[in-house]
Amino acid sequence: MIDIIGMVFIGFGLAFDVLGCLGLVRLPDVYNRLQAATKCVTLGTCSILFGTFLVSGGFTPTGFKALLAIVFLVLASPVAAHAVSRGAHRAGIKLWDQSVVDRYAEDKEGEED
Amino acid sequence: MKFTRWIIGTVVLLALVALIVVLPFKSVFLQGNPVHLQFVGRVVYILILSSLMVLFRVLKGPTAADRIVAIDIFGILIVGLCAVLSIATGRSWYIDIGIAWGLQSFIGTLALAKYLEGRSFDD
Repeated sequence: MIDIIGMVFIGFGLAFDVLGCLGLVRLPDVYNRLQAATKCVTLGTCSILFGTFLVSGGFTPTGFKALLAIVFLVLASPVAAHAVSRGAHRAGIKLWDQSVVDRYAEDKEGEED
Repeated sequence: MKFTRWIIGTVVLLALVALIVVLPFKSVFLQGNPVHLQFVGRVVYILILSSLMVLFRVLKGPTAADRIVAIDIFGILIVGLCAVLSIATGRSWYIDIGIAWGLQSFIGTLALAKYLEGRSFDD
């Protein structure tokens, strides 16, 4: 029974992974691609790791390392995404031509770098 | 015209996933629960399909930031792949490989983002 629940978690995460990578291919802009891919793939991989924790039978060495990897991934992935998007905006990469608002450029107008 | 392209792409992607799920899978691992082996083989194939999509973005990406994002996402996918392999073989050190790969990918992404911004590393 607990095996089947873990496999359902792994399948759920796999669907999120495939859709996130599809967003990485299809969306028009660096920032759109970044947000689609980072959020979907982080949730999907955390779900796969939690499914691994359930399938491997609780607090075995495999399950415990899977929980550690979940904590590390949740802490590290948003930091990397934020750093990349900030660097891309400061390097002068343009937004998509149908984008509506750019708050970071409005904030940056007043300050001297 | 654009609508036709969307339909074709959706049909091709769904057909690939359905082929992976339906076709019989011959295990390459030597030991383990056979139900887990059948399941994990298909999961590995679907993860390889998403990795190929990510590598397409690495090849084609118009700017450097696209390539950095794609490499970051590729590292996160590898963590899931290593976790699934540790189910199939019953050995816990596959997740160690995943954690180490994720750590290296995180540090590399931070350094590349800093480099993209045009500053030096000790700034």
